[in-house]
Amino acid sequence: MDFVKPTIEYAELAPLLIVLGGACLGVAVEAFLPRSPRRTVQLVLTSVVLLAAFATTIWVATDLAEVAGGAARGLLTAEGTIVVDGPTVFLWGLVLLLSLGGVALFAERRVEGGVSAFAGQAAALPGTEAEREASTRGWEHTEVYPLLLFAVGGMMLFPASNDLLTMFVALEVLSLPLYLLTGLARRRRLLSQEAALKYFLLGAFSSGFFLYGAALVYGFAGSMQFTAIAEAVRNDTGNQALLLVGMGLLAVGLLFKVGAAPFQGWTPDVYQGAPTAVTAFMSAATKVAAFGALLRLFYVAFGSDRWSWQPMMWAVAILTMVVGAVVAVSQTDVKRMLAYSSVAHTGFILTGVLGVQGAGELADGQITSLQAVLFYLAAYGVATLGAFAVVTLVRDSNGEATHFDRWAGLGKRSPWLAGAFGLYLLSMAGIPLTAGFVGKWAVFTVAMSAGAWPVVLTAIASSIVAIFFYVRYIRIMFFTEPHAGTPAGEVASVTTPSLLTSATIAAGVLATVVIGVVPGPVLDLAARAGDFIR
Amino acid sequence: MTDVTPYVVLSAILFSIGAVGVLTRRNAIVVFMCVELMLNACNLALVAFAKQHGNLDGQVAAFFVMVVAAAEVVVGLAIIMTIFRTRRSASVDDASLLKY
Repeated sequence: MDFVKPTIEYAELAPLLIVLGGACLGVAVEAFLPRSPRRTVQLVLTSVVLLAAFATTIWVATDLAEVAGGAARGLLTAEGTIVVDGPTVFLWGLVLLLSLGGVALFAERRVEGGVSAFAGQAAALPGTEAEREASTRGWEHTEVYPLLLFAVGGMMLFPASNDLLTMFVALEVLSLPLYLLTGLARRRRLLSQEAALKYFLLGAFSSGFFLYGAALVYGFAGSMQFTAIAEAVRNDTGNQALLLVGMGLLAVGLLFKVGAAPFQGWTPDVYQGAPTAVTAFMSAATKVAAFGALLRLFYVAFGSDRWSWQPMMWAVAILTMVVGAVVAVSQTDVKRMLAYSSVAHTGFILTGVLGVQGAGELADGQITSLQAVLFYLAAYGVATLGAFAVVTLVRDSNGEATHFDRWAGLGKRSPWLAGAFGLYLLSMAGIPLTAGFVGKWAVFTVAMSAGAWPVVLTAIASSIVAIFFYVRYIRIMFFTEPHAGTPAGEVASVTTPSLLTSATIAAGVLATVVIGVVPGPVLDLAARAGDFIR
Repeated sequence: MTDVTPYVVLSAILFSIGAVGVLTRRNAIVVFMCVELMLNACNLALVAFAKQHGNLDGQVAAFFVMVVAAAEVVVGLAIIMTIFRTRRSASVDDASLLKY
């Protein structure tokens, strides 16, 4: 057997390589720099790397060649294992922008009184002398920045991967840093460690399913590459049982990552236990990356067998929306409420996944499901990042005040911040003139055009339920007084953040309003992304 | 073409043992070992299918899976160690502060 030297298209892969290279550099910084300048160096390094990657993503996006008669743009790179096409660069740009917001929240020090939201020394036991020492000396883990970069690298590779093995590796590269970041909270460390344990065990369990699915589909098609799998699916060669079981197991792995029911169990625990900055980053960027991968796998590799997987997706979408919306109603913790709302949103995005697939099957003026999902991801990512950023600021003497009683009357004390949170909630609820409305409208339309009306009806019903619990928070913030006689330390107030968090929240508000009022440019951008390269 | 069915069946049995173990065992370390068993079942299936199709994709994939599994062990044991040191117990039932 001959071994051929692989050709790698470095120019097209530059954004990905910059992020992963920056992450390795960050590890070296940890090893060689003394403690005092590390945080500044890491922060500058991470921001520069993300900005450079974003700039190169734009450069790559403008340079993609048209293929397949103009329906798609891009090329296969690295011997066909990674594909850089329109949807890939759109998702890259989105993930990078959201992670810039994530870095800003990671670096916030002012709300904790001069230290970051991460444990001073993760190895020190909670409540011991060692922990107090780490805290009084103002130590902090600057490893979180390289960890974030590794996660971002995995998130960029995930939707770009064009074979099952690359997709599995990307899945792990994005998950492993997130497991660690989840366990690094400075306050409520038992909760944080427990969340990390649950996330890790369930995540490893689900990636086992993903991998076994990959093995079975490989057994069916004789190749890991999506193009070859699609070919085998079209020609009906191979053992159908292997294909169906493999497809189901792959779906388990991916649906776990996006947090769809019945695999949503980890979402509320992890979102609540993780440091809120990590939750903000994870809830926004992971969803973007995992939906990109889900779409690519099911549209490109299994696209011609969609009658086998669509009924399953119908059921999962309906169940996800109902579970997310109904359970969110009974939540009294703002982080858990946002977690269940993210489950409901997963259901709405899955509704979009059910839509018509290719541009060739569309009437004039209709949008493709890919375009709708990309738009929804942008709208949702911005809103959830911003909402969790607000949660980091509402505090009492014990740290973040996440119980919803504590939020009573917040609108009177800090109208701007409560207004921003209200706007994010309205966007998630899908009220007109916010980004969320256009996103919902887009995914419902594409699902209707594919004849998935039962799913759309459920989606509309869940949206109405969802409006109830979103509006309840707005009522609590603006129209309720805190209980009389609450001790002063127990009343939640808004801590003044540094410019980093304020800028993130402000950018999120701006994006939500602008995309909501003038959705055209972003919809165009999603349309320009075109189709997946098959 | 060799008949690889017995190997695939064996891998399915191993995978099921692993999955059932994850769901029923209570010690985090044992749960984690069961996950590793699932990954190794995948490796067996990959190698068996590589033999059947006469290409190397599956065998190469098996190496990647080993490396990924090793990385997972590092992260996983670190998390389980912290939990154990804090709570003096590695039982997944004891960690139950987060619910509802």
